[in-house]
Amino acid sequence: MTAVAPVAAPAATDTVGTIEARDFSFWYGKKQALKSISMKVPPRSVTALIGPSGCGKSTFLRSINRLNDLIPGVRQEGDLCLDGNSVYDPSLDVVALRQRVGMVFQRWNPFPKSIYENVAYGPRINGIADEASVDEIVERSLRRAAIWEEVKDRLRSSALGLSGGQQQRVCIARALANQPEVLLLDEPASALDPSSTQRIEELVYELKKELTIIIVTHNLQQAARASEYTAFFFTGELVEFGQTEQMFTSPQEERTEAYITGRFG
Amino acid sequence: MTNARSRHLVSGAMIGLTYLAAALATLPLLFILFHLLVKGASSISLAFFTHMPRPVGEPGGGMANAIVGTLILIGIASAIGLPIGIGAGLHLAEKKTTPLAHTARFLADVLNGLPSIVMGIFAWEVLVRPIGHFSALAGGVALGAMMIPLVTRTTEEMLLVVPTSLREAALALGYPKWRTSISVVLRTALAGIVTGALVAVARIAGETAPLLFTALGNQFWSTSFREPIAALPLQIFTYATNAYDELHRLAWAGALVLISIVLVISLAARFVTRSRFGAPVD
Repeated sequence: MTAVAPVAAPAATDTVGTIEARDFSFWYGKKQALKSISMKVPPRSVTALIGPSGCGKSTFLRSINRLNDLIPGVRQEGDLCLDGNSVYDPSLDVVALRQRVGMVFQRWNPFPKSIYENVAYGPRINGIADEASVDEIVERSLRRAAIWEEVKDRLRSSALGLSGGQQQRVCIARALANQPEVLLLDEPASALDPSSTQRIEELVYELKKELTIIIVTHNLQQAARASEYTAFFFTGELVEFGQTEQMFTSPQEERTEAYITGRFG
Repeated sequence: MTNARSRHLVSGAMIGLTYLAAALATLPLLFILFHLLVKGASSISLAFFTHMPRPVGEPGGGMANAIVGTLILIGIASAIGLPIGIGAGLHLAEKKTTPLAHTARFLADVLNGLPSIVMGIFAWEVLVRPIGHFSALAGGVALGAMMIPLVTRTTEEMLLVVPTSLREAALALGYPKWRTSISVVLRTALAGIVTGALVAVARIAGETAPLLFTALGNQFWSTSFREPIAALPLQIFTYATNAYDELHRLAWAGALVLISIVLVISLAARFVTRSRFGAPVD
């Protein structure tokens, strides 16, 4: 077996997709949902956010692309940075941020349009009007989301006619079409059957070679299987953050161990 | 035992009553349709649609001017009522809690319950009196003002049932908020909004009171916005209150045509709701 020397990526891109929270706190009105979170997610990795319902993991995820902004009465303190720049910088263009940070939701939500149109949405708003380029992006994105083979003959039919697992992968393709550097997955497989879940996990494994993935999950086995890093949230605090293997074999915190072994949750 | 039995009896009686109520609810329309067909169908011919009214005593004649006049009035009313109504509905749904939204929602409800003759007086005061004569424009404005609250409220309701998840999907893709509102929220709700618009058109198509002292009616052919214009409901009113049998027959025929227009619009509304690309997201 001949070893092929890996092509060194340009140094500048090495840190693209780094997410860092520094004493980040978040409030919904008077209720504090996140308490002084500090963590650094390395680029091109998979990080699982785990914890019981209402612990703040989804809030944290939705803070990264500022989707929480839509809720009246929210505010934050501290900082949350993408590639070293605060996403809450007043001069930052939220629209541009959301194009760099893709998101997939718990409940698959394709637009009531054709499969093709769903995936072409992002590129079109980025000003790509040339049909051939859009075609190419749509195909590449569907391939990256591992659904091209299943839908290539029915691109023009409604995305709503697909199975739940397929719709979710179309949603992943739709997010990928923007060429994001970060992909946020909010319990992407919680409403899917085991085989669809497995496909999504395999997909995550493939995609992390190119982008940073943060995945919220209630399924601890999924966190153990699919992620390299795990963050355990509890009542708005980040209890523990570390390598997944170490978290699951020898957690440093008692609460982490209690949650992982199923003593509460 | 007896308890269960009496419960079943009451239940059966109540269900029977709802059947009766539902049957009674369909009766008026069926009765009207039947009556109109019997009285009016015989007077409907090609001439009815293409000919002008003839002087009393001369046989024949049609309502061409009134049919065209009604269509023109609907056109003016829609040009005013639809854009304002849909725009206002979009504001109410997207900016639910602004003081303006609260005020507009309340006033739309009040306006919805306003007697249509009051709308006619309003249009007379605003457009007829200052200008000095009756006009198609004044009639169209009166009808358009009636459409605004109807369209506003249905648009708002249709937009509110668009799932938040779709809105979030678009925003998460980097869609600006205004574009999300237009190309995702509005498009998803389009079928419902079109239905609401058609229902509003059907509602105002048959209105008589707002036209009495605005469009006034016209025995002659006119398509000018600035002149009085004929309209089916007005013509029916004039003919029906007349003494001549000939005109009564024409009034029946006019009523049949009017109800057919409304029926076609309602059917179109149904069709639009059904044959949409995407089924609602379950």
